[in-house]
Amino acid sequence: MHTKRRNRWLEEYIGRTFAVICGWLIVLITVTMIIFLAVKGIQSFTDSGLSLSDMLLSMQWDPNGTPPKYGALIFIVGSMLVSLGALLISAPIALALAIFMNFIAPKWFVSLLKPVLELLVGIPSVVYGWLGVTILVPLLREWFGGSGFSLLAGIIVLSMMILPTITSIAADALANVPMTYMEASYGLGSTRWQAISRVIVPAAKAGIATGVVLGLARAFGEALAVQMVIGNTIKLPSGLDSPTATLTSVLTMDMANTINGTPWNNALWTLALILLLISFFFIAVIRLVGPRKER
Amino acid sequence: MTARMIDKVWTGIFYAVAAAVIGLLMFFFAVVLSKGAGFWQPEFLFGRPSNTQAGGGIGPQLINSFYMLVVTLLLSVPLSLGAGIYLAEYAKQGRIVGFIRLCLETMASLPSIVVGLFGLLAFVTLTGWGYTLLGGALAVTIINLPGLTRICETAILDVPANIKEGSLALGATRWQTLVKAVLPAAIPQIVTGVILSAGRIFGEAAVFIYTAGLTTPMLRWDADWGSQANPLNVFRPAETLTVHIWKLNSEGIVPDAKLIAAKSAAVLMVAVLLFNLAARLASSLLARHFSGGRRARRGRGERSKAA
Repeated sequence: MHTKRRNRWLEEYIGRTFAVICGWLIVLITVTMIIFLAVKGIQSFTDSGLSLSDMLLSMQWDPNGTPPKYGALIFIVGSMLVSLGALLISAPIALALAIFMNFIAPKWFVSLLKPVLELLVGIPSVVYGWLGVTILVPLLREWFGGSGFSLLAGIIVLSMMILPTITSIAADALANVPMTYMEASYGLGSTRWQAISRVIVPAAKAGIATGVVLGLARAFGEALAVQMVIGNTIKLPSGLDSPTATLTSVLTMDMANTINGTPWNNALWTLALILLLISFFFIAVIRLVGPRKER
Repeated sequence: MTARMIDKVWTGIFYAVAAAVIGLLMFFFAVVLSKGAGFWQPEFLFGRPSNTQAGGGIGPQLINSFYMLVVTLLLSVPLSLGAGIYLAEYAKQGRIVGFIRLCLETMASLPSIVVGLFGLLAFVTLTGWGYTLLGGALAVTIINLPGLTRICETAILDVPANIKEGSLALGATRWQTLVKAVLPAAIPQIVTGVILSAGRIFGEAAVFIYTAGLTTPMLRWDADWGSQANPLNVFRPAETLTVHIWKLNSEGIVPDAKLIAAKSAAVLMVAVLLFNLAARLASSLLARHFSGGRRARRGRGERSKAA
């Protein structure tokens, strides 16, 4: 009886300790990642003597030149253009889908649409990139001339990738609006569209905004699919049909080709740090705009 | 236009958008499967890749992808289950839990290439392992942890309180209650979540480029345990199928690189489909197996899965 009881408490103790360690491991990993990347990322300024303002405000990226130049503005602008463009296409469609699923579609249609969205999330990013290279790029080449590898190709590929993300979060936000709102609106004699556009969507706007920001964050961080279709030319795009480069695409291409500790390599780590800081920025925005969670 | 007409027009637009998205997915599948026709041939699926001649297979890459998946799940399931239990059962709500949640959120929103670069620092350079399968698995575990932790936590919280209270009332400790009463009830949701996350691991690519590398040694099943040629050795470079597609696209010199990429994409698409079907099947089978008149609860489980 005595040992049995002791075993029980030992078990409780071990189990609890395991759970606590797992919880704290998450903190440890996150903090370690931030510290590692920050230490590596500031070496450009501490070891290689580059200046922060040159890095952020100059468009001259010429690591092989004399003297080599490491201005990252083109990549930052490229990343912004491609992800904002993707959002412009994706957000309205996602919102329409979310509204449709919650208020308009018959049940059988919803049970068709949900697996479709799940599959779209599941398609690996390289497959999206591959689809872009095999279908989209030749098509754009035919329409606009040039190589077809372009800002527009990147925008379209990314917009498909972030569509399911925005849709599912917006759909949840809409589903959380109390049914009484809809009923009250009907009671006042509105049509369904009036109820949706003037009551339901405004009531869910915090959740919808969260979805949009998350979509933007995902687009910003996506690497391979963008790298495969955007052309990776180090200049500002002159139009939608011209190639450019992003933070992620230049990292993908050059990191393996540079030697650890050289200014070029350090500059790339700084790009990674910039990417990290931008994703912090997105988290902060989500915390600000997002709906308060109970639970 | 009357309000009623506007309402009708918008309804039509919504139907069109939804139909277009469904059509898009079907179009993707049609393109991938038709361009990659023949991907099911055993000499392609299990064959050796060739560097210069046409007609190579993807055997080693397929092995790497599956082995990577297994190792990653072995690492990430216990960790995220533990973390989920901590958050759902033991953690006091307050500043500490808030901080852990912030960390989870941060982890979840990091681009996979950033995690890959951290992996390069931590598991490739610092450990001195070089490019290894284990390094890749550790890095993708970081990507997988937040989602899986959330799934485990939600599954545990969704278990009705009376199950827990009944067990505690019988004099069981918290851990006993958790293991013998709460977890069995939470298992259908957890298993479904794990299978879906397995699909994501299988399709991940950017993180592997800097951790598991772009090459695979010649694999032999009869090689020594410590040898790089042993397929089960986790301390060897391991190019996954996704990385293979990317590499073929950017620097493939094989004459039929395009065809191999198309077939590999088809293999990936079929794998995604199978993972989704498996998740669906598992959730319905397990729900039936564990259900003792908990139908109402299952309905709620469905909704939280859609999130």
